[in-house]
Amino acid sequence: MSSIIVNEQCYPLPSGATVLDTLLEAGLDVSFGCRAGVCHSCLVRASAGDVPAEAQQGLKQSQKEQGWFLACRCRPTGELSVELDAAAVPQYTARVVEKQLLAPRVMGVWLESESALDYRAGQYVTLRHDSGIGRNYSLASRTGSKNRLELHIARTEGGALSPWIHDTMAVGDQLSIEGPMGECCYLGGESERPLLLVGTGTGLAPLYGVLSDALQQGHHGSIHLFHGARSLDYLYYYDELRALSEEYGNLHYYPSLVESDGAVGPEIEVGPIDRLLSKHLPNLEGWRVYLSGAPDIVNTLRKQCFLAGAGSNAIHADPFG
Amino acid sequence: MSTLYERLGGGAAVDQAVDIFYRKVLTDERVSGFFDDVDMEHQAAKQKAFLTMVFGGPNSYTGMDMREGHKHLVARGLDDSHVDAIVEHLGGTLKELGADDSDIAEVAAIANSVRDDVLNR
Repeated sequence: MSSIIVNEQCYPLPSGATVLDTLLEAGLDVSFGCRAGVCHSCLVRASAGDVPAEAQQGLKQSQKEQGWFLACRCRPTGELSVELDAAAVPQYTARVVEKQLLAPRVMGVWLESESALDYRAGQYVTLRHDSGIGRNYSLASRTGSKNRLELHIARTEGGALSPWIHDTMAVGDQLSIEGPMGECCYLGGESERPLLLVGTGTGLAPLYGVLSDALQQGHHGSIHLFHGARSLDYLYYYDELRALSEEYGNLHYYPSLVESDGAVGPEIEVGPIDRLLSKHLPNLEGWRVYLSGAPDIVNTLRKQCFLAGAGSNAIHADPFG
Repeated sequence: MSTLYERLGGGAAVDQAVDIFYRKVLTDERVSGFFDDVDMEHQAAKQKAFLTMVFGGPNSYTGMDMREGHKHLVARGLDDSHVDAIVEHLGGTLKELGADDSDIAEVAAIANSVRDDVLNR
């Protein structure tokens, strides 16, 4: 007989009953709407057990891998552990172990959390200062790095956190972090699929993480990375990415600046990133796409990639700049 | 009798239809302006609920939702000609998915049944 485990309590499922029926019957607080797998109101996460494929129909691959499913479509065959309060994000204390300027206005920060953080490259964490002010930063470090985290932080004049991180924060300082969150990660099991990574400024961070995972896992399909910046002050990891693209024949790297900078050579293109993208890759049918950076640019790119043929479920973007 | 939603293949078919339909709408100058400033991911979820409804699948739409959801667009000039364009794209999408003419007519009839709510009449 199948059952679900919620808050360490076991609820047996009557034959034919869904997880949603059982949760509601037990008087647990769970949101729901259409009861037909359409509205996604009853999206919950399994922390252990097998989720039937039917309960994940229409979800993104990354959501599926993280165990998200629709309670109204789920009739488990065995025991399933369900997390209702999945919005509650774990908190950790982390120590700054390294700080290094990657470009004149971009700081690389390496943190070590006191306990292992089960994250995937490209997800993000909230970094919180003693004053309570928090900002989201994407993880550039590889999946499996456990308690070592790499963040790229652009200096925003007048910003609440970034000037402090650039000027005052020192190696040895303790910070509070919350996470990981987000679904902008490399997916296994499709090593031939072409990948497109497009980011502006420190939007490179999650893409660098996704790229590192893809290369480490032996991705065979082509990988095209577009990195756009306002000026050379924000164009970082240039030498590393150039070297990687020479080492890996399937990696194509397109650095670009919005406006010409006197010092720019022919290897850096000039122009809006969406235009460079459509020039190089007009057809994205069958591609998986990762977008990151300023929200207005990400929105433009999302639409552009979709119209160029990428499926709406194959476009991943972080919901912040 | 099975619904068109079931005959097309249920939720999986709707997922496929959403992309085809939404691409047609976004590239049609007659109506694309109404979709300019909306979040695409959010919009795709709405399109899915809409297509599920017009394919005769399970849905929780009410006339009130339709009125509220389109009020701001009616203020921007949404009229019968735009609804006609949407119905046309629904037909084109279904054709690509292999539906026959009677199924297309059935979908158009469901779409037209909410026309007055959409246009807040």
